[in-house]
Amino acid sequence: MITFVALPILIPFALIISLLVFRSDKLAHRVGIFGSGLLILLSVYLFVLVQQHGVVALQMGGWEAPFGITLVVDYLSALMLVVSSLIIFPIAVYALRFLPGEISPNRFFVFFFGLTMGMNGAFVTGDVFNLFVWFEVMLMSSFVLITMGRKKEQLEGGIKYLALNLIGSMFFLAGVGLLYGITGTLNMAHLATILRDNDQAFLVNTATTLFFMAFGIKAAVFPLYFWLPASYHTPNITITSLFAGLLTKVGVYTFIRFFTLFFVQDQQFWHQLLLVVAGFTMVAGGMAAAAHYETRRILSYHIISQIGYMIMGLGIFTPLAIAGAIFFTMHNMLAKTNTFLVSGMINKARGTFELRDIGGLAKQSPLMAVLFIIPAFALAGVPPISGFFAKFILIKAGIENGNYVITAVAVLTGMLTLYSMIKIWNEAFMKPQPENEYVGKPFQKLRFTEYFPSLFLGAISILMGIFAYYVFGFTMEAGTQLIDPSLYIETVLKGLR
Amino acid sequence: MEIVLAIVVGVLYTVGVYLMLRRSILKFIIGLIFMSNATNLLVFLSAGLVPGSPAFVKGEETAAGVMADPLPQALVLTAIVIGLGIVVFTLALKYKFFELTGTDDLDQLKKTDY
Repeated sequence: MITFVALPILIPFALIISLLVFRSDKLAHRVGIFGSGLLILLSVYLFVLVQQHGVVALQMGGWEAPFGITLVVDYLSALMLVVSSLIIFPIAVYALRFLPGEISPNRFFVFFFGLTMGMNGAFVTGDVFNLFVWFEVMLMSSFVLITMGRKKEQLEGGIKYLALNLIGSMFFLAGVGLLYGITGTLNMAHLATILRDNDQAFLVNTATTLFFMAFGIKAAVFPLYFWLPASYHTPNITITSLFAGLLTKVGVYTFIRFFTLFFVQDQQFWHQLLLVVAGFTMVAGGMAAAAHYETRRILSYHIISQIGYMIMGLGIFTPLAIAGAIFFTMHNMLAKTNTFLVSGMINKARGTFELRDIGGLAKQSPLMAVLFIIPAFALAGVPPISGFFAKFILIKAGIENGNYVITAVAVLTGMLTLYSMIKIWNEAFMKPQPENEYVGKPFQKLRFTEYFPSLFLGAISILMGIFAYYVFGFTMEAGTQLIDPSLYIETVLKGLR
Repeated sequence: MEIVLAIVVGVLYTVGVYLMLRRSILKFIIGLIFMSNATNLLVFLSAGLVPGSPAFVKGEETAAGVMADPLPQALVLTAIVIGLGIVVFTLALKYKFFELTGTDDLDQLKKTDY
């Protein structure tokens, strides 16, 4: 059924409407959990559909491409849809226990699904301006979510987050304008056919630069990431986990989509730039993470460091490297969200995120220690879990293609990752509880609904490592599809040339 | 005519960037409005100006170069609506922040990053 392609956008929209009509807080949690569960089923179905057909395209309103808006799902979109739905489901469960009293669950889930809708729209759309609109939907929801608690630092973080992201949106829109001026179309497949036989690289590069800035801000790459550590640690941990897994990765997705499908002029320059940016992103994020002693800040900087690996895969630009970048993105979305979920649990047990005031958790709660060690090992790249394969593919691609410098940087950054994970482990779990006011607080046993989300994500991380062969097969399929997008173009344009 | 509007776009961007670099949050928001209008004008200009003819001609068939391109106009319309929503949200955020902290100085916003 080809119309199912529109459902990743329509289901969250329907859920928002139902939440707005029935303004009940009790119902909101159920709607959130069942709604996001439904999205998992839907995205798995879409993935199966893509496996059968290669690329699935839906022309909205019956307007043939390139005149109407096209929704396209290929391997990359389908994989991103599956992973993002696997993240929003546990977070919907997590919100049951960890959402603070001052945030109404009803309002939270309205914007939760607003963010999901914008993100899914960005994944499935085949039109550049439509992508801009979905970005704005996602950003508006995230602006509201980040300032929802109305505390002083949340508003402050919100102002910084909003300001820099709005500037990014303007770069994006200006880029759309210039691109339309050059080509006369905004359909991605049509753009690909036009720009692939276009030798006016000078004009196209102007638009490419604007898009590079826009996506660079959204994806938080090296000189443009400052909004992220300034805002991610301010909102409630449920919202931070949601952001950590999803927002920046949409930026990475658009990077991969644009730079494989139609920004293919002057490849040498752009790939070099991407690699340089990737290297600095890894190192800067990793170093900053090493310097901090607050779990959320360490993990926020760590997000940035990991973005570098994804951009590195794009910069190497072989099918294997793109597959590695996608594998890494998927693994990172799962593991990163999971570490934030565990830091929320630590906060609940000890009442603080400061590592200096925490200790002795491994003895009090072995379960929490296990839940932390799974994503931490995944991020550090310990073999049976997903992260090892993600890094292995990227490094193999880098060596095969002769990009030795970036490969060395990637390996060394792995040490920094390991260091910051060991730091959290030692400080929070191993060292004895320091003498402070929290010491007398009796430890409360974790309830099932509290640890289930983390367990769920951890299990997927492990499964992704064990069945890495199959997952790699899917990402490799995606990588080949992206490097040679003739099927994508053919499916969307139906022979129009 | 296009060259004049191109210069206007440049001036609007300059004003926007200048205001954004001031210390006041309110001036920052006004700068944001200038920048978003400059961007809208840029998108509008991207199809070129066709003076004197409407975007749609009823009844008779017209060559593509003679009538104005309706697409950038539609894009700008959407972008203006989005921009309006964002400015309203930004102003509300600024108001709330001012209520809590009583400051309009961007240099005071140093609590969340170091």
